[in-house]
Amino acid sequence: MEKQNFKGWLYLIPAVLFLGVFMIYPLVDVFVYSFEEGYNSASQTYLGVGGYNYSYVLHDPYFLQAVKNTFILVIITVPVSTILALLISVGLSSIKPLRDLFQTVYFLPYVTNTLAVGLVFMILFKKTAYSDGMVNLLINLFGGSSVDFIDGPYWAKMFVLCFYTVWVVMPFKILILTSALASVNQVYYNAAKVDGTGSFRIFRKITIPMISPMIFYLIITGFIGAFKAYSDAVALFGTNLNAAEMNTIVGYVYDMLYGNSGGYPSYASSAAIILFAIVLTITCINLLVSRKHVHYT
Amino acid sequence: MKIVLDHLTKKFPSRSRKERSEVTAVGDFCFEIPDGKLVGLLGPSGCGKSTTLNLICGLLKPTEGKIFFGQDDVTNLPPENRGVGLVFQNYALYPHLTVQKNIQFPLENLKGAAKLSKEEMQEKVYAAAKLVQIEGLMDRKPSELSGGQQQRVAIARALVKMPKVLLLDEPLSNLDARLRLQTREEIRRIQKETKITTIFVTHDQDEAMSISDLIVVMKDGYVQQIGKPQEVYDNPVNLFVAKFLGTPPINVFDGNVKDGMLYIGDDAVLKVGSVPNQEVHVGIRPEGFILREDGPLHCNLSRLEVMGRDVSVVSGHPCCQSDTIRSIISAENNVDTDSDTVRFALKPGKVFLFHKETEERIHFEVE
Repeated sequence: MEKQNFKGWLYLIPAVLFLGVFMIYPLVDVFVYSFEEGYNSASQTYLGVGGYNYSYVLHDPYFLQAVKNTFILVIITVPVSTILALLISVGLSSIKPLRDLFQTVYFLPYVTNTLAVGLVFMILFKKTAYSDGMVNLLINLFGGSSVDFIDGPYWAKMFVLCFYTVWVVMPFKILILTSALASVNQVYYNAAKVDGTGSFRIFRKITIPMISPMIFYLIITGFIGAFKAYSDAVALFGTNLNAAEMNTIVGYVYDMLYGNSGGYPSYASSAAIILFAIVLTITCINLLVSRKHVHYT
Repeated sequence: MKIVLDHLTKKFPSRSRKERSEVTAVGDFCFEIPDGKLVGLLGPSGCGKSTTLNLICGLLKPTEGKIFFGQDDVTNLPPENRGVGLVFQNYALYPHLTVQKNIQFPLENLKGAAKLSKEEMQEKVYAAAKLVQIEGLMDRKPSELSGGQQQRVAIARALVKMPKVLLLDEPLSNLDARLRLQTREEIRRIQKETKITTIFVTHDQDEAMSISDLIVVMKDGYVQQIGKPQEVYDNPVNLFVAKFLGTPPINVFDGNVKDGMLYIGDDAVLKVGSVPNQEVHVGIRPEGFILREDGPLHCNLSRLEVMGRDVSVVSGHPCCQSDTIRSIISAENNVDTDSDTVRFALKPGKVFLFHKETEERIHFEVE
């Protein structure tokens, strides 16, 4: 028994070491930095210990803007992308001809290069000297006036960011959901049909509960992914996100770390810890809610 | 509710790309099921019995032919408008719903005038649960039930709407032997109590014979014989039906009819009247053997199996189509186990002759 235990630990050592050095230690370090005022990574010195970093970050208008942006992004994109993906997957599962073709088409964004996607969105939304972009052409066609989606009003930029995020995260969700749908035994549908269940009720009362573990998985990872959004905003609006009012929390952390003259690791750490607290809270709430609505069989 | 199947045919397109042929799952099925009877559809796997059931409940559309419930043509009605209850082979209980919710599910689908209040629903659910004796399990999930209990819930769910027809697809195949006996009695009792016309599918002839009012024996999509279990057993129309019914199975010999006498090998075993001279299959039920010292049929004795009430004599004969002959005789007979041979006389009513090629029954007069 003792020997076996020893062996078990031996096998775990590589993973534990790796995680310890590259995950646990940095995490603890960030936590420590977040309480050290004016920490300087070059000289390894700090001025004092206390909650000032948090107070500074929480009063920084750029940070508040980033929190607002991130929350809007999360609240819009997670439900929209999940519901859209669910509808598309159900549609895909119920058609027979050309299903493979459609599945491929819907999965393409997942394998497409981010820069290529950015370029496509440029063509769609960017106002240049020569063109107002495809979307504006459409708006003009229906009698509306052009909107500058990239450098224009806040809501327009937010719309583009949400649209982009939804578009990028959907393929993976569709992939997961179509396979989840395919794994539901046909016999349940037959049973429901014999009992005279309408198709919407079948969807709500049988399909959804049967694939609820997968939906839940997508919602949790969707929330976490959306809270960590950063590269999407950069791809659309460039690196000066604060000026564009389009910064996200992770973007704020990044700016604080590498910003002007060596950056402010202390503020960055505090912001990162605040993000961690937010994600932890939301995930806990998700888990609590899921207990009632997710059915593992 | 009387059910009439009129030249019912279901063909499936062939899977292979080379052959364009169709597979006939059910061919030209004509049958009238009287009101309030329990009918067993019996046959080996792949004989089309489940397809027939799916045609009756409406999950499949027939290629040809019609289905009537009473006077109504239901051939083109969707399953929900037929008023059928179906119990699936693996029960298909919704795993995320409690027993109560599972049974209630069909009731919640009712619309318009048929819509029920919460109290009415609960009353009906309770009545159905009581019928199958699962009132104590209402709050459990299907995964917390035993196979037999799940089976009962499935039956309750099929019965709660008081269907005109109850269909059971291999209802006992997932249960252990003891529970199977118990549950088939249960199904019989429930059917008697509710008087719902019931059709059930099984490959187990024991099951079908023991509880059915009528059995339908099928093979390769075609009905072989329809009748009361005892009639079909006593009077099989062909070799397939004779072989399929009965445990232990019927013993089949290669025989020869010569001048009104049936020969098995060199033994002249039975007078068969006016049957013309020909080679035949001879089927002899295990209970058709009489142990007699001067009996005409000589068999090589291998062993005895004592079963208390009676004795099963296992022997062999060169003309027998299987390795062993199994005959059941009363335990009062004394079999000389030291002897190598055992001799039998035959009961004429338990001996069937079948045509060598067509395997159809050849009737003969018993003297």
